[in-house]
Amino acid sequence: MSTEAAAVVKAPEKKEALFSKKNRKLIANPLDIENPVTVQILGVCSALAVTTQMKPAFVMSLGLTIVTACSNVVISAMRNTIPSRIRIIVQLAIVSLWVIMVDQILKAYVYDVSKQLSVFVGLIITNCIVMGRLEAYAMANKPWPSFLDGIGNGLGYGMILMTLAFVRELFGGGSLFGFKVFASLGIPYQGNGLLLLPAGACILLGIIIWVQRSLNGYREAH
Amino acid sequence: MKDLFNIAIRSTFIDNMIFAYFLGMCSFLAISKKVSTAFGLGIAVIFVIGVTVPINWIIQNYVLTAGSLAWLGPDFANIDLNFLQFIVFISVIAAITQLTEMAVEKFSPALYGTLGIFLPLIAVNCSVLGAALFMVGRPYNLAEATVFGFGSATGWMIAIVALAGVREKMKYSNVPAPLRGLGITFILVGLMSLGFLSFLGFTL
Repeated sequence: MSTEAAAVVKAPEKKEALFSKKNRKLIANPLDIENPVTVQILGVCSALAVTTQMKPAFVMSLGLTIVTACSNVVISAMRNTIPSRIRIIVQLAIVSLWVIMVDQILKAYVYDVSKQLSVFVGLIITNCIVMGRLEAYAMANKPWPSFLDGIGNGLGYGMILMTLAFVRELFGGGSLFGFKVFASLGIPYQGNGLLLLPAGACILLGIIIWVQRSLNGYREAH
Repeated sequence: MKDLFNIAIRSTFIDNMIFAYFLGMCSFLAISKKVSTAFGLGIAVIFVIGVTVPINWIIQNYVLTAGSLAWLGPDFANIDLNFLQFIVFISVIAAITQLTEMAVEKFSPALYGTLGIFLPLIAVNCSVLGAALFMVGRPYNLAEATVFGFGSATGWMIAIVALAGVREKMKYSNVPAPLRGLGITFILVGLMSLGFLSFLGFTL
């Protein structure tokens, strides 16, 4: 009787639906309570540096999502054959492979954005989100959940990036995706230069964290 | 000589890795709770950047740049290996970090005890790869590249020690609960970065 019950419980685990509740959580959690930027402190450098305008921020989030998801899948598929002593070099090699591909594609199709992002595309390699997710998730889980985890964390990062870029471009430069919003509405607007400076980005991110944590109740000890 | 001095001052204060470019923010925020550990990590970063930037400069100028393989013979003059830049640079950095870790463990177990866990982290510190990539973007010679590496690493160390000092004092302040920890740290970094902006006025 008991073995039968156990078999019944076990069965759905074996053939888990592609978008089961657990898998959906993998995407939803990094958007809020496990956000890579505001909670796990990963990938902060690029979040501050590429967000003066919406367009590079969007390309950057897309690139990072692709790199995280793809490297997660590859590492997860190889996870049982990687010796743990040299795993960092193996991980870096695979991540840089994907970054090189993203970099070459950007150079070929959106050259101006690629110039604007300059070293930050290369720095996806050392973006802690990629390494952090490989270490924390892909090394211990199957490829499909790892893929979802990569997509989720990429989106969580993208969400913060787009919020930052929206505020900075709108109030710092008076435009959105290069479209002059205030000028077309006929409102004379003098851009706030502080928002375009790195300092403004830091303070803005601090405020975003404040708002997010007031909403979801996440607290940190001193 | 004057040029070298200018590059050192510029990379340490004006183009500070943290306050002007936001490179190496992850470890900057994560390991700045105590001044002593912040200082130790700063020294390790200075060492790694100081060694990897000249090595990467040599690789870039004698192997990777288009036409730089000409010293091997005329057949190699047309080869452009620039697309390998990322993977070569990160391998050099990972190897040097690993070597540093092993050397420190062997020759100074006491220092290893303090730094132990931070040493492998340096491989994924963006400021190390960032310094290498900035060095490529600017027309430096070997001496200038070395000075640039040491300068930016010193700037990084000054920044992390300063932030750790402020955060040690923050314990005694009454910060609103949702802002505690990361939130207030970001606002602090923003204010410190405003302070560093005053260096922009210098013309060197």
